[in-house]
Amino acid sequence: MIEIRHVDKWYGPSFQALKDCTTAVAKGEVVVVCGPSGSGKSTLIKCVNALEPFQSGEIILDGIKVNDPRTDLPKLRARVGMVFQHFELFPHLKIIENLCLAQEKVLGRSHDEAVAKAEKLLDRVGLQEHARKYPAELSGGQQQRVAIARALAMDPIAMLFDEPTSALDPEMISEVLDVMVDLAREGMTMMVVTHEMGFASKVAHRVIFMDKGEIVEDALREDFFGSPRSDRAQKFLSKILSH
Amino acid sequence: MFATFDFDVIRRSLGYLFLEGMTFTLTLTALSAVGGIIFGTLIALMRLSGYKLLGRIAGLYVDFMRSLPLVLVIFWFYFLVPYVGQWVTGASRPVSVGAFTSALVTFIMFEAAYFSEIMRAGIQSISKGQPAAANALGLTYAQTMRYVVLPQAFRNMLPVLLTQTIVLFQDTSLVYVLSMPDFLGAASKVAQRDGRLVEMYLFAAVVYFTISCVASFGVRRLQARISIVR
Repeated sequence: MIEIRHVDKWYGPSFQALKDCTTAVAKGEVVVVCGPSGSGKSTLIKCVNALEPFQSGEIILDGIKVNDPRTDLPKLRARVGMVFQHFELFPHLKIIENLCLAQEKVLGRSHDEAVAKAEKLLDRVGLQEHARKYPAELSGGQQQRVAIARALAMDPIAMLFDEPTSALDPEMISEVLDVMVDLAREGMTMMVVTHEMGFASKVAHRVIFMDKGEIVEDALREDFFGSPRSDRAQKFLSKILSH
Repeated sequence: MFATFDFDVIRRSLGYLFLEGMTFTLTLTALSAVGGIIFGTLIALMRLSGYKLLGRIAGLYVDFMRSLPLVLVIFWFYFLVPYVGQWVTGASRPVSVGAFTSALVTFIMFEAAYFSEIMRAGIQSISKGQPAAANALGLTYAQTMRYVVLPQAFRNMLPVLLTQTIVLFQDTSLVYVLSMPDFLGAASKVAQRDGRLVEMYLFAAVVYFTISCVASFGVRRLQARISIVR
């Protein structure tokens, strides 16, 4: 579904954010990407739907080359859902309008169709009674669930999560993770940048560990939590699991 | 000292001053503001686009307009546009465009330079995550701007845009160089006809002052309301 091959990315002439990254996410697979901050994990996931350009290598999404200048990027991006660290709901639009905007403008669904879909998804994330509110009236956890519903409204073939819980207060993390676990169990293809190792150990098929722009470890979940082979991954895990 | 003044001239000319003069001024202000904001937004988008050449052209345009006195632009534009029209259409004689059209186009082009800087600040005040989220949903650049970025930028900048419109309202009085019947022009005509310069210009000043003051007060109240909502 997602194939990342030898991707290099520089910021300016001197700082290399991604070094020869190669990995893949198969259909129905849940892959967790973790690593210290500044390791390039967010950059990598943003390259997948071309929100970040990269200089060499290639990424292939459902058979379409992302970094081909002839690729219709809006069309491609519409098929992949993305959830951001800071939710990025549109503050001037009501919750229901947040969910309908792209359905109508990108997919060309009728307003009624879009509303019906939006209400179904809001119901699913437990927020149907907030449909007529503005994002600022919701808590962080609720906003992030809306953001997930907004992405799902496009019937995506895969979902990308960029640190979906790092901006949340601790008591709101689980409500977002619950939604993500449900999604994973339903067989959604997911690439998730997160520090939530509980989530990783529960639903991830594979765990990728990145450091300094490189993929250091790319292992099945059992292998990763059982015996990380690299020192750096070992150190990272002991740091975040010790508390 | 007011003994020799005849303030009755104001009462006698109120109908002409407001029905014709003020209507003209307000029409010109409103049309120029709408046109200036639309054109200014386009310039702002050009400046912020990734294309260096477009940005450079827009930047030069803004600098050029802001380096000229408005009265000169009005004046030159009025005399030049017929010749430009002749050149563009290939007509045998200068194309007559009319004073109002000429003034309107001048104000739109001139004010666009100022409005564009306001809109640019407004667009830059939106976090990068917003267009990223819109793009991630499959919205094109134009759709992202239209439905996500510009509505927020416009709302954030509304008080500043309105303040600039108040300045524009005062600036429209400069059309007197084209002898147009705006409020000041009307007052000036009455003043000269009746030989009551001091009274009429004093009255005109009071009217401009009152309207601008009330409008500024309204903008401040609006600003307070917006800042509570956000």
